[in-house]
Amino acid sequence: MNNSRRSFLKVAGLSVFALSSGVAGLANAAQVAPGRYERGANALHAKRWAMVIDTRAFKSAEEYKPIIEACHSFHNVPKIPGKQEVKWMWLDNYDHAFPDDLSEHQKPSLLQAQFPLLCNHCTNPPCVRVCPTQATYKMEDGIVAMDYHRCIGCRFCMAGCPYGARSFNFVDPRKYLSDPVPNPTFPTRMIGVVEKCTFCAERLAVGKMPACVEASGGRILFGDLDDPSSSVRKALADNFSIRRKPNLGTQPGVYYLI
Amino acid sequence: MLEKLLTGQKRYYAWLLFLLVVIAVCGIAYLQQLQEGLSITGMSRDVSWGLYISQFTYLVGVAASAVMLVLPAYFHHYVKFKRMIIFGEFMAISAVVMCALFIVVDLGQPQRMLNVMLHPTPNSVMFYDMIVLVGYLCLNAIIGWVTLEAERHNVMPPKWIKPLIYLSILWAFSIHTVTAFLYAGIPGRHYWLTAIMAARFLSSAFCSGPAILLLLVFIVRRLTGFNPGKEAIKTLTTIITYAMCINVFFYLLEVFTAFYSGIPGHQHPLVFLFAGHEGHVSWVTSWMWAAVVMAAASLIILIPPTWRTGPLLPLALVMLVAASWIDKGLGLLIGGFTPNMFETITEYMPTGREIMVAIGVYAVGALVLSLLWKIALGVKKEVGNFSD
Repeated sequence: MNNSRRSFLKVAGLSVFALSSGVAGLANAAQVAPGRYERGANALHAKRWAMVIDTRAFKSAEEYKPIIEACHSFHNVPKIPGKQEVKWMWLDNYDHAFPDDLSEHQKPSLLQAQFPLLCNHCTNPPCVRVCPTQATYKMEDGIVAMDYHRCIGCRFCMAGCPYGARSFNFVDPRKYLSDPVPNPTFPTRMIGVVEKCTFCAERLAVGKMPACVEASGGRILFGDLDDPSSSVRKALADNFSIRRKPNLGTQPGVYYLI
Repeated sequence: MLEKLLTGQKRYYAWLLFLLVVIAVCGIAYLQQLQEGLSITGMSRDVSWGLYISQFTYLVGVAASAVMLVLPAYFHHYVKFKRMIIFGEFMAISAVVMCALFIVVDLGQPQRMLNVMLHPTPNSVMFYDMIVLVGYLCLNAIIGWVTLEAERHNVMPPKWIKPLIYLSILWAFSIHTVTAFLYAGIPGRHYWLTAIMAARFLSSAFCSGPAILLLLVFIVRRLTGFNPGKEAIKTLTTIITYAMCINVFFYLLEVFTAFYSGIPGHQHPLVFLFAGHEGHVSWVTSWMWAAVVMAAASLIILIPPTWRTGPLLPLALVMLVAASWIDKGLGLLIGGFTPNMFETITEYMPTGREIMVAIGVYAVGALVLSLLWKIALGVKKEVGNFSD
């Protein structure tokens, strides 16, 4: 009696284990399946999206302002004063943007210039590596995207990002947005989650270039890095370009022509 | 054994009541944090982890330190530790509970915390940290309870517990190694990107954890008359002394590499912590120097054998705990985030409410510890394994 009960429990336990691992396997298969969402017929495609910013074409920091404004208003990025701010694209000087380059005697125009900074959509993104819930993930076209509904707000990605590209919603961002919000077609975020530039994945999906690219009047290029005939590859072939902190091996997808 | 909780002096109930009041008052600060978000803390876009995560890190070390009793007792059959072992295991349980709570209070969306299990992510170190901490909690709870129960009935613990004990010894090393990997695998944070981080964590844990245990045992000895035995205290103090020497040595290795190599990124956090950055001296600098002085003073007392066993021992232990806490519970996080990713300075200082939430978590830990130790002391008294 006792013996048969024990063997029954053994079989039952094994069955539960087998079933649950099967379910887990299915769940994993679902995660890696292509086409997480439907793209429109007009969607722009690339193997590896990348951005080239021709900083030589910008005469002053003022000229970047409308571009940043275009990004922030399109994505409903709130203007929160102080150290707990949220920003997707912002300006900083040469020393801060490229701290590895320690030549003190560059041309003054370079040292005094302001540079637009944003998420680099790295090929080897540390933020994706450290995220414990896959709320930050890499799409098949190289864009590092975020699921704001899965993010638990642990901020491991902020510690991991070497570019300071990520912002955490310390406060409720909706309190700092106008009513109605600048762009009702793009979702606002909630308190307690991390956010950052999306390379406008949502605009690419409907056949539009990123908001900053559109507002730049041709001074910011955007295209497929894996396509030798793309505008970004041509610009990189013909001009000297730099990337931020290249020695970390992250392979940033944002290039600066200087 | 739970009935041991129900009998005690007035002093015992007053202590529990005091802890509950502290938890309730600090709980109000946490409720405010739930309402207003982490904006009530001193954290910022540039210093995105602060007091909570640093306390988590420190307490993982305290939890791991139980192994300094378990390992000599079970691998080397050092029987003199046997009376005290249960207190180390129960302290580990309370430390892991605090670790878990510090993670929860640090989350921006705590109601989603189970996403870590719903979407298991083997490339994230945090995934492994969750596994090892939960595992360590279970191991210590099972081992502690079963061995105490056996002691109470004056029988040998069941044989199946032995493999779990051996596993817990290895597991203790793993929890602090994995916690170090949270930091040591991040590119671009110079203060953390060091292969010796896990070794430093373990050495600082193995001096500070047993030091906290000894200090608490001294308090219990005064209150209840429980005595772990002179030899046990002496041996544990020797372990603490060696671990502290190694801890200081490892830190100095970091200083050598940073300054002899001359690589600016490696120097900046150390310069910031101890001297300020380009004329900007932070509040943390005086704390760091206090840690240096206390670490040195504790070693001066601990190294000579006559002083180590003398009346200065509690003072040395207090200074050791304070120094290691400043190093790991304060400097580690601040040095990691300052200078920030743009090589500029964003100051961090915990706010009053942030400190309150942290005190609340410590009070929960104290409550868990008090209850568990009350049971252990009750059993020890009942079976006459209370003092020499």
